[in-house]
Amino acid sequence: MIADGIEDEEKWLSAASAGLQQNAFYMHRALDSNNLKDALKYSAQMLSELRTSRLSPHKYYVLYMRAFDELRKLEIFFYEETKRGCSIIELYELVQHAGNILPRLYLLCTAGSVYIKSKEAPAKDILKDLVEMCRGIQHPLRGLFLRSYLSQVSRDKLPDIGSEYEGDDDTVMDAVDFVLQNFTEMNKLWVRMRYQGPAREKDRREKERSELRDLVGKNLHVLSQIEGVDLDMYRDTVLPRVLEQVVNCKDELAQYYLMDCIIQVFPDEFHLQTLDVLLGAFPQLQPSVDIKTVLSSLMERLSNYAASSGEVLPQFLQVDAFSKLNNAIGKVIEAQADMPVLAVVTLYSSLLTFTLHVHPDRLDYADQVLGSCFNKLSGVGKLDDSQATKQIVALLSAPLDKYNNVMTALKLSNYPRVMECLDIETNKVMAKIIIQNIMKNSTYISNGDKVEALFGLIRGLIKDTDDAVCNEDDEEEFKEDQNAVARLIYMLHHDDPEEMFKIITIVQKHILAGGVKRLPFTVPPLVFTALKLIRALQNGDASKAEEAAAAATRKKIFQLLNQLIEALSNVPAPELALRLYLQCAEAANDSDLEPVACEFFTQAYILYEEEISDSREQVTALQLIIGTLQRMHVFGVENRDTLTHKATGYSAKLLKKPDQCRAVYSCSHLFWADDQDGVRDGERVLLCLKRALKIANAAQQMANATRGSGGSVILFIEILNKYVSSFTFVEYCTVRFSYENQGSIMTRCGSKFRYLYFFEKGNTQITVNTIQDLMELITTEMRSDNAATDPAAEAFFANTLRYIQFQKQKGGAVSEKYEPVKA
Amino acid sequence: MVLVLAIGDLHIPHRAPDLPAKFKSMLVPGKIQHIICTGNLCIKEVHDYLKTICPDLHIARGEYDEETRYPETKTISIGQFKLGLCHGHQVVPWGDLDSLAMLQRQLDVDILVTGHTHQFTAYKHEGGVVINPGSATGAYSSITYDVNPSFVLMDIDGLRVVVYVYELIDGEVKVDKIDFKKTTAPSHSPH
Repeated sequence: MIADGIEDEEKWLSAASAGLQQNAFYMHRALDSNNLKDALKYSAQMLSELRTSRLSPHKYYVLYMRAFDELRKLEIFFYEETKRGCSIIELYELVQHAGNILPRLYLLCTAGSVYIKSKEAPAKDILKDLVEMCRGIQHPLRGLFLRSYLSQVSRDKLPDIGSEYEGDDDTVMDAVDFVLQNFTEMNKLWVRMRYQGPAREKDRREKERSELRDLVGKNLHVLSQIEGVDLDMYRDTVLPRVLEQVVNCKDELAQYYLMDCIIQVFPDEFHLQTLDVLLGAFPQLQPSVDIKTVLSSLMERLSNYAASSGEVLPQFLQVDAFSKLNNAIGKVIEAQADMPVLAVVTLYSSLLTFTLHVHPDRLDYADQVLGSCFNKLSGVGKLDDSQATKQIVALLSAPLDKYNNVMTALKLSNYPRVMECLDIETNKVMAKIIIQNIMKNSTYISNGDKVEALFGLIRGLIKDTDDAVCNEDDEEEFKEDQNAVARLIYMLHHDDPEEMFKIITIVQKHILAGGVKRLPFTVPPLVFTALKLIRALQNGDASKAEEAAAAATRKKIFQLLNQLIEALSNVPAPELALRLYLQCAEAANDSDLEPVACEFFTQAYILYEEEISDSREQVTALQLIIGTLQRMHVFGVENRDTLTHKATGYSAKLLKKPDQCRAVYSCSHLFWADDQDGVRDGERVLLCLKRALKIANAAQQMANATRGSGGSVILFIEILNKYVSSFTFVEYCTVRFSYENQGSIMTRCGSKFRYLYFFEKGNTQITVNTIQDLMELITTEMRSDNAATDPAAEAFFANTLRYIQFQKQKGGAVSEKYEPVKA
Repeated sequence: MVLVLAIGDLHIPHRAPDLPAKFKSMLVPGKIQHIICTGNLCIKEVHDYLKTICPDLHIARGEYDEETRYPETKTISIGQFKLGLCHGHQVVPWGDLDSLAMLQRQLDVDILVTGHTHQFTAYKHEGGVVINPGSATGAYSSITYDVNPSFVLMDIDGLRVVVYVYELIDGEVKVDKIDFKKTTAPSHSPH
């Protein structure tokens, strides 16, 4: 059906075009032979084709353009006729003899154009006559095109200032009157189109009507081009009359299009100076008009105008543009009671952008906008319109993007209130934008109140909500979000330890209340932030009073750390908690707080015993326990004995023999620690190494029994190295000790020094024998028939032998010690 | 000539929000042929970031790594050199040269790269070189006070390796250079 319609239209168009061409042909012939009478006759017949009502606007336009081209030729002919002596006044009369009104008026406009050019009558009179005569066509489509033709032929003949048609009687006012009248009439015709034809075709008709809008808008464009239209005339005449027509036509399409057209075609300066009038029209528009888009584009234009030059800024202040826009938006929202939330937020978003650009120093304006927005939003409850929430995100992002400092946003009292209106997902999105902004600009949040405010804003990322995380995508996203929070914790910083402690306390409160899932992400950064603060508090050159205060704060921090890490056990995350306890233990060690260090170690041991069951995890945890314990110097004999005893005990209980062996020989280092009370640990070092050897033997036997092979000799070589390295320490320590005098180096070398002492006490021979035995054992193992060749073990052994050789050749005390070793 | 980036102990986001911007602008894709990372990244984002600098990425497991499948130790052959990689928390006492030298003999490598102490070090000894690139983010360490962010670039050319240390001190990147020549006899014995 529709297809048929289109085909029919094509047919009608080609028939009309053919008729037009044919008459044009005869008209040309008449023009060539200077036959005015025939020219008028055929041109009238040609123009009769435009009387059709069968064509859609689009097709009618095609036909019109053909006629338009022909009329151009006719106009030239008329002009030449007047040169040849024909009176233009007579010609103007003559064309009116055409039988049909539509051809007659086209011819009249054509002749009128020449008439004005001849200046034989005032332009204003002719224009007035033409614009009045055109009333004769009340068919919307035909009328619109006719008036469009009038507008086209007259636009270069208006009595504008500086134009040749300006005279005593012809003023720019006449030009404006003429265009305004033509505009008014065209708009009326255009609006009337809506009501013509069957109701079921309304949609199609509105679409067609929309295609014709530029014919109407063209008049506004012409108005804006008139030189004589200055601000005064625009304000007093042009704008009020245009708006009157726009408001009174009560047509949604026309109002939307024309308001936008006004904003686009006239200069920004005019808008700024006539804001009252322009904005006054908005609340009077039909409720269905998409005001938000139009007003937004106005505000955008004004923002750009403000940005274009500093000189225009005072004008904005002078006319109080912000208040006017703000009021207008309020009124529009009031007038359009069922305006969708999206539109409301868009309006406020544009206004906020406007004020941020035009009045960046007026935070109160921005806050006012957010406040108005909040008032409107608070009535509608949580939003479920995704477009609207997107718009709120844009609204809330604007101050961040503008100031690049989240601290500014925190100054806006209504900012958190608007964030309250967001659903949890959008709150998260916004929270991430805030964090990104902080990270990008390296904004430090440097006091407790601000931290509190910030955590309030981003609480979607900080606190659990009811909707459980279920699928894997969410899991990934959750991780990412929490890592962002973890990063954020590093931006909460103040150099003053007291203030920093306050910040840490606030963060602790929030993250502990946030639910267990988040703790593995948020606890570690806070723990390390607190540990850093403890270091900051250790600074030497403080007075006694300050030192006492610092010590008190340190103790409080250690308590806080204990609580924090303890919370991880609820997750449960024992592996992480154990690592953090050990870090704290070392910090307590550095602060000389033996009981605190002991408490942390105990906590770590409890976790090791009760919570960590995976054998691989046990190995790592034990490595960390031994490594940390080896570095502790704060412990007295009793605590040290207990803790080292436990650690060696754990080592021997690991699941796999090689792991046991390695952990046990690592423990040998625990007896090298610097002890003030002169405990002789040397024997226990040897004990550890012997025990490791025993385990290696057992491992070897187990491998023999189960796999029928000798297994790996690597453990033996490792132990051999441990024995051998004692010699190196002798040398290392001697050298270091003779070069450095005291203090920290003493402490660092002390353990090794003691070992040297141990050897000098006469146990060297035992060690050498042991080394010799071990080397022989390894050699035998490697040569044994059932041992699988293990290149790694062979390389390791070869490297060890080369090392021993090297030590022997070195000369001095070291070489002497190695002398008995045959390698 | 082969450029090898040695980097590690970033501890993101546990102990630092990100790499220093100055380092990020230096570490551009396309210049580095291998990355050896001493671990403690700690999250996947950092892994992905390193991959963008160079796809040939070798990582040893640090005790805080989210990814637990990284190996405890790893050896890589680059040109004439054999490199060993280990985070270092496994080697007690931590950062102890002699204990690391033992690991080096065990892994049978010319260059051993370890981390954990957050302190840049490079030792030459008869068995080769032991390098610790420090912490690229200057992360808190219980072992080292006042950690400066640092990483190491190794320029391996034939039997020679030049070790460049990039350290961020008071906002300025300082570069130091250490030369190392491998003796013609390979340290790992042929069998």
